[in-house]
Amino acid sequence: MPHRLELTGITKAFPGVLANDNVSFSVRPGEIHALLGENGAGKSTLVKMIYGIMQPDAGEIRWDGAPVVVANPKAARKLGIGMVFQHFSLFEALTVLENIALGMDAKIPSRELEARIREVMTKYGLLLDPHRTVATLSVGERQRIEIVRALLLDPKLLIMDEPTSVLTPQEVAQLFEVLRKLAAQGCSILYISHKLHEIKALCDTATILRGGKLVDTCDPTQETSRSMAEKMIGAGLKDIVRAEGRSMGLPKLVVSRLSTKKTGHFEVPVDSISFTVRAGEIFGIAGVAGNGQNALLDALSGEILGDDKDAITIDGYGIGLLDTTGRRKRGLCAVPEERNGHAAVGDFSLSDNSILTARDRLGMVMMGLINSGAARTYTGKVIADFAVKALGPSSMAGSLSGGNLQKYIMGREILQKPSVLVVSQPTWGVDAGAAAAIHQALVDLAAAGSAIVVISQDLDELRALCDTLAVVNMGQLSPARPVAEVSIEEIGLLMGGVHGATEASHAIPA
Amino acid sequence: MDLMLAILITVVGASTPILIAALGELVVERSGVLNLGVEGMMLIGAIAGFVVQFHTGNSYLALLAGAGAGVCASLIFGFLTLSLSANQTATGLALTIFGTGFSALAGSSYSARPVTLMRPLFPAEFAASPFTKVLFGYSFPVYFAFIMVAAIWYFLHRTRAGLILRAVGENDQSAHSIGYSVIGVRYMAVMFGGAMAGIAGACFPLLLTPQWAERMTAGRGWIAVALVVFASWKPFRLLAGAYLFGLVMTMELYAKAGGGPLSVIPSELWAALPYLATVAVLVLISIRRDASTNAPACLGKPFLPSN
Repeated sequence: MPHRLELTGITKAFPGVLANDNVSFSVRPGEIHALLGENGAGKSTLVKMIYGIMQPDAGEIRWDGAPVVVANPKAARKLGIGMVFQHFSLFEALTVLENIALGMDAKIPSRELEARIREVMTKYGLLLDPHRTVATLSVGERQRIEIVRALLLDPKLLIMDEPTSVLTPQEVAQLFEVLRKLAAQGCSILYISHKLHEIKALCDTATILRGGKLVDTCDPTQETSRSMAEKMIGAGLKDIVRAEGRSMGLPKLVVSRLSTKKTGHFEVPVDSISFTVRAGEIFGIAGVAGNGQNALLDALSGEILGDDKDAITIDGYGIGLLDTTGRRKRGLCAVPEERNGHAAVGDFSLSDNSILTARDRLGMVMMGLINSGAARTYTGKVIADFAVKALGPSSMAGSLSGGNLQKYIMGREILQKPSVLVVSQPTWGVDAGAAAAIHQALVDLAAAGSAIVVISQDLDELRALCDTLAVVNMGQLSPARPVAEVSIEEIGLLMGGVHGATEASHAIPA
Repeated sequence: MDLMLAILITVVGASTPILIAALGELVVERSGVLNLGVEGMMLIGAIAGFVVQFHTGNSYLALLAGAGAGVCASLIFGFLTLSLSANQTATGLALTIFGTGFSALAGSSYSARPVTLMRPLFPAEFAASPFTKVLFGYSFPVYFAFIMVAAIWYFLHRTRAGLILRAVGENDQSAHSIGYSVIGVRYMAVMFGGAMAGIAGACFPLLLTPQWAERMTAGRGWIAVALVVFASWKPFRLLAGAYLFGLVMTMELYAKAGGGPLSVIPSELWAALPYLATVAVLVLISIRRDASTNAPACLGKPFLPSN
């Protein structure tokens, strides 16, 4: 039996970069094949060529044994290649049904299409109301649309680009069920992910890329997460180094009965949250996406202004009425989840982005005039210390890849040495090597006496990083527990119980 | 009664061109392109329609000429904004200025030379009584406008091509990544908008004042642009809005003519009303802050494929 997909000597160059250099590998029918690599290793470029979005400069793609030229995505779908993108190509103002119809090449009457959608949904347990507008759906539900859309074409190869980065553990388990079922029916799956334990749990083969070159093709079940990560970054992986026998200081950030108003239809507000973070402590907040994390971050950063001065205090000083600038001056820096457009301005240079958040703390503005030299120097330091892949301080923020922009943003805040740092999803979309560096920087910042709040959906990250852990659900926070005393099952249950309830309420359109 | 009838027929005449032009602009904007050159394309359509009517006397040919001229004008806009990714606002304004100048130049030898008005579509017997006259007394463009309202609604919401057009206006990058030709769809939409604006322009010499006058569209193209926003990009609201605006414009004429209760409100205020109403609607839209304010998300943004 021929290979389903076989790549030989694929090479693709962009001005200044060789994105793929002589890459060859193959996928068998029914195989779940992982594609591993750091940001910028060339995974996305490679799958874009398989899906026909780009054309290789050299090399050959064989499909079921025969050489093919995949001219465009339509041709790819015709061959039987489906793709689920990391950034969903969905149309928010349109319904689920319309979105799926747009992804179909054949003209199918909408009633017939709806019947087929319902059939696929029941078969794989991907439940959704076809007539809901996408804008009202959660991230996990949006991904389901993409999967259903791909499955409707009866694909022979399904490409999944970092599918689990936004899912809860339960949703991940569900997704794996679907993928295993598909593979059992003979559909090959090309699975791109940073999460090595997922690859160990799911995949039959792993192809590892580094700097555009193929490093190794291995059997992930025979490897450890560590050995794969080391192949990926091409060096030994550093563990988080914690200062021995460090003790927590006095309470630094005290939040008491913090609440926010409901702002939009789909935004969960914060409901009377109280917690205390001591100097030197990393406080983790776990939870399924959409349970009030955004409101909590905005309320802490000052984007949502409170009406109680003492709802948030730093070293006993009430900052509840201050805006973001005021809070930054008092030592509270924050990193929101959305990188491009919220944490950074894509059309600004990195240097200008540094001025936006660091101007007061680092004296980049004097008498209303910008000291661009200081901003440039500081940005250069961030780029160097956090190994940001950028041409220099004058690169546009929007030109950086997601992981690199995240490294820059984290570095920009951490190097300001805030006394309180609040971050959401600090390593979202960042590869293992860079994630370890960001974690280490957070631990070092805490060791220097800062109080840190980490909001994340990645339980592994929280357990590795935090001293104390609490779970947010429907805007309420569970009691905080030392991380050593809680098991992943307990946290999962706290999140999962709530998750079940939200699922039920989502199923009935209001 | 006679006055009411006269007003009604004037309203229909005033509403028809702005409805046709606005329908075209609605399709253009739904595809994510903001073409502020409607006024210019209307003027180019008006002079083309006038010249053909003057030389051939065939009104349908004149409408076709208007449409063709509008398409040509819109292609200038399309080439600059879609192929060369020029700023849409600036290009649209430039097209209006160009259209004003070009139509004045082309029409300079035709001033004060009358043409015949377009004949009503139905035989005169149909429009014998005042009541049937209101229904059957108009020429083709009036009915064409009504049919196009329904046709465009059906196209946008019930056909695959319409869905693709909305998708392109909603998220051009996604549409591109699925494999649709964003630029291609937008070219088609812009050309359709040009044809409709050209027809709307040709309505002025054919329906309203049977001669050529410089700037004879008198800012109606701008009202059409405002109307699309007023109708929040929905065809049937556009129909209602066009007739509302048509009524207001008729009031303006009567107020200007003086006499009667209408002149209590100065004609300038009547002239400003469509714009005030549009501002009010914009305020209402942003107060409602719904998930779907209906404005196409990519409106006015040039499309540059990310890879």
